[in-house]
Amino acid sequence: MSVLVKKLITDTNTVFNMSEYIPVLIMLLLGAGTAAGILVATTFIGPKKEFADKMEPFECGEHPIVSPKLRFSVKFYLVAIFFVIFDIEVVFLYPWAVLFKRLGIFGFIEMMLFIVILAIGLIYVWKRGALEWE
Amino acid sequence: MSAGHEEGIEKVLGNSVLLTKLDEIIGWGRKYSFFLYPFVTACCGMEFMSLAGPRYDLDRFGSALPRFSPRQADLLMVVGTISHKQAPILVKVYNQMTEPKWVFSFGVCATSGGFYDNYATVQGIDTLIPVDVYVPGCPPRPEMVIDGLLRLQQKVAKERWSDWPRGEAPVTKK
Repeated sequence: MSVLVKKLITDTNTVFNMSEYIPVLIMLLLGAGTAAGILVATTFIGPKKEFADKMEPFECGEHPIVSPKLRFSVKFYLVAIFFVIFDIEVVFLYPWAVLFKRLGIFGFIEMMLFIVILAIGLIYVWKRGALEWE
Repeated sequence: MSAGHEEGIEKVLGNSVLLTKLDEIIGWGRKYSFFLYPFVTACCGMEFMSLAGPRYDLDRFGSALPRFSPRQADLLMVVGTISHKQAPILVKVYNQMTEPKWVFSFGVCATSGGFYDNYATVQGIDTLIPVDVYVPGCPPRPEMVIDGLLRLQQKVAKERWSDWPRGEAPVTKK
């Protein structure tokens, strides 16, 4: 066993020098083994009972009155996407604000370019009526 | 429990030493890892809070985490008065808990209706669901609850395979 491991380590040393990652591999295997072991053990030793009242979705002790698989308007999707885009814009503004002096005029021009591109996008979606709810 | 009621692994292993030892290990594991479902309906809840807090610290006995989904809980803490309006909800929560599950009757109202001897109140939750430990008192001292929890631990440690699964509450509406 140890000979095999040593051979493996020397082999990987010559090619990639991956030997310091062996503990990570062992850790991953141990983690996966523990998770799988617990799942298998509970399958065998856990008592189980299935009946209608138990298999219903949990609604704080009440009977569910409607199916949770409701359909909702695709407009929510557009709003969510716009939110993500302009949220990311703001996220990029923060590090720029922190490094404003160090980046100087170059950073300023870069950020203005970035904002202008997004502003063109905003005008586009506005004109297309994507911000209207009707 | 009687013979002929055996299920799962007990059918294979019977009463062998292997199974009794396994039962002991599993019981030991279960008794120190209760996950509470706090079914808190009345003023006993204040005592429950002080129990869960640092002064009385239920965490010492392994029952640390209250779970607010019955799927993740195995100890139903019925804390307070159960009215007839509330009764179907209690039964449903009990039914939806995964096995193994135990029920803890916290306070005299849950145990027997207490001084609410009237048409609106369930005269003890054991008329609805099986109860493992009764802790009377209005409200019970935290020390009493801890005593009840220790007794429940003793009970769980002695449980055999054939005590499970227990199934649905007898009053479940079909």
